[in-house]
Amino acid sequence: MGLRETILSKSIYVFHLSSGSCNNCDIEILDCLTPRYDLERFGITLVGSIRHADVLLCTGSTNRLTVPIIKKLYEEMPKPAFVVAFGACGSSRGLFKDSYNTGQPLDEIIPVDAYIPGCPPKPEAIIGGLMKLIGKIKEKNKGK
Amino acid sequence: MNLAEYLFMFLVFPGLLFSGAAGLVIGWVDRKVTAMLQWRVGPPWYQNFLDTAKLLLYKETLIPKGIARGYFLGMPLLALSAATLASTVLLSANGSTRAGFLGDVIVVVYLLMMPPIALMLGAFSSANTLATVGASREIKLMLSYELPFLLALSVPIVKSGYALKLGDIINYQAANGAVIGSPSGVLSFLAMIFCIQAKLGFVPFDMPEAETELMAGVYIEYSGKALGFFKLAKSIMIFALPVLIVTLYCGGVGSGGVVDIMKGALEYIAIVFIMILIKNTNPRVRIDHAMKFFWGPVAFLAALSCVLAVMGY
Repeated sequence: MGLRETILSKSIYVFHLSSGSCNNCDIEILDCLTPRYDLERFGITLVGSIRHADVLLCTGSTNRLTVPIIKKLYEEMPKPAFVVAFGACGSSRGLFKDSYNTGQPLDEIIPVDAYIPGCPPKPEAIIGGLMKLIGKIKEKNKGK
Repeated sequence: MNLAEYLFMFLVFPGLLFSGAAGLVIGWVDRKVTAMLQWRVGPPWYQNFLDTAKLLLYKETLIPKGIARGYFLGMPLLALSAATLASTVLLSANGSTRAGFLGDVIVVVYLLMMPPIALMLGAFSSANTLATVGASREIKLMLSYELPFLLALSVPIVKSGYALKLGDIINYQAANGAVIGSPSGVLSFLAMIFCIQAKLGFVPFDMPEAETELMAGVYIEYSGKALGFFKLAKSIMIFALPVLIVTLYCGGVGSGGVVDIMKGALEYIAIVFIMILIKNTNPRVRIDHAMKFFWGPVAFLAALSCVLAVMGY
């Protein structure tokens, strides 16, 4: 494994963005940092500023008000950066698919690297999605 | 000593490489003990090395539009070099009591003041509202803790016959017992622990970077290498400040033989542990509470210990 691959896949700072979610996914994210699951073991930390982040974790069905904010935040992230669509709404707009207010799903606005489905996803599903993301990071930086 | 030796001391042995590595390990001890107190497992020992390497090597450094770029990018370097120099002076005085120079206590105090000032100027130059609020809190916090810090610091100096040299303070303690063994030493040690906590921005006094209300506050606009330099400077401070306490109150980290070094290491670990326990058992206080706390009880404690020391207790 190359140095870049190791470092980028073992130190992940996550910025959590709620683009119009019902708050259920957001609670599940915090559950992953509690004693039972403890994602800090794998070097995963929640950060407050988008400038420190490696991963943009986007919950909620995107609506007309949040689309410009999502684009701006993606541009403000220092690269290399990755995006995770969280929950049924983040992945595919969920049950708001035909709403007048949700124009397009997240992966048509910015490139998405991993999807975590579920309404809300269980912590096990979140850890599974995390493994998918780490696989993606390793694949993108293979042998560097 | 020639220039090459000084450069080696600054960049490799007691300086950047050694203090940086030691600071990152102490930072991990902090994270691990915090995790264990919360019944979690916590990160592996090399986690802080990975985090810093990622920021320094691979992440992009973004500069906001329309700000003072010189200040914004220069301040992380100033913080890192001041912290490294403070650590170098402290450790070389511990290594050999003849290595210091007259007045190196004062130089160390000035150098330890530089990282917070650099952080504050960097935050102001980044022109972010939250960073500005964080920086103004940083100034107020600094004004609060510097008064008791300097009063408490004068106790070991007075005790060792007005010696302004770290080596002389260590020699005095080797001959007459540690400063912490006397009543004035205990009082000023207590005041010093609180000041160190605030100087490091550990939890009861972490208003400048309050992660839940200001979203990393002073660091908010920093990314990539600039953020990595600040993080490294903070790690070196976490390593150097307990060394300062051990030097001033417990007779130095020791350099003469295995037993001496073991004793120094145990005292060092005990002080780090006290700091982590205070951090984990207290909520963040408001800035005006911190100011009242430092200018009231802590300053009184430090002044009392100073008077006792002058009277010879």
